[in-house]
Amino acid sequence: MIRLPLVLTFAAVLFSTGVYGVLARRNAVLVLMSIELMLNAVNINLVAFSQHLQQVTGQVFALFVIAVAAAEVGIGLAIVILIYRNRETINVDEVNLLKW
Amino acid sequence: MSSQEIAFVIVAVAGTIGAFRVVTARNVVHAALYLVVTLSTAAIVYLLLAAEFVAWVQILIYVGAIVILFLFGLMLTKAPIGREALDNQRRGVAFVVGLGVFGGLFYLLQDAFPWEASDVEPVQGTASSVGTSIFQDFVLPFEAISFLLLAALIGAIVLSRKDDAP
Repeated sequence: MIRLPLVLTFAAVLFSTGVYGVLARRNAVLVLMSIELMLNAVNINLVAFSQHLQQVTGQVFALFVIAVAAAEVGIGLAIVILIYRNRETINVDEVNLLKW
Repeated sequence: MSSQEIAFVIVAVAGTIGAFRVVTARNVVHAALYLVVTLSTAAIVYLLLAAEFVAWVQILIYVGAIVILFLFGLMLTKAPIGREALDNQRRGVAFVVGLGVFGGLFYLLQDAFPWEASDVEPVQGTASSVGTSIFQDFVLPFEAISFLLLAALIGAIVLSRKDDAP
């Protein structure tokens, strides 16, 4: 078996890469991609703990996370395309309608 | 180190390189293609952890559907090319925060989990065992997820249709 901290380290690398991407990117689609990286890190953790605890529950929740991620990307891209249609830009630092 | 761990390290290095390229690529389409690499390595990690059903769902949903959605989103929004156009001015702060998150997580998991190998039998995540678990213990969350997907579907249609449509 693969030792648990090895898998968790890989997931931590993926998660912190996603955090960097969310903070550093200004294109909204790339921000969504970085969020996908973070969700994948969580999924890897869930499956690793499912093996560690000898239960299949973690894999069930990984499937739920995948379903929620699919819904999130669908809604997110619809919003991004709507913003592009209205503002001609999808740079998250130029969309400041709610900023006072 | 077992052969599984050697395979895992190779796959993890490939996935890490792909993830770094996703957040640093200067062309948005390249970023989407590197995302395919990282998502596929995650699927291989699931296979190495004996979670075959989750691995195939990962391939189907993520690599098959979500990346295609991303490519459509990129196609419809005419993204520019170049680092200044895609990244904002606070890359340094973002790098420090990312490094801090990794440092914190790494310190915590070093502290919490031992490196000793455990020789437990892996639980087989086949479609049968995962399906049994879903429909015995998690029926209500499963129904909630299907309502969520329906709501997301309707919401996406409502958001993206033009107002002047009849």
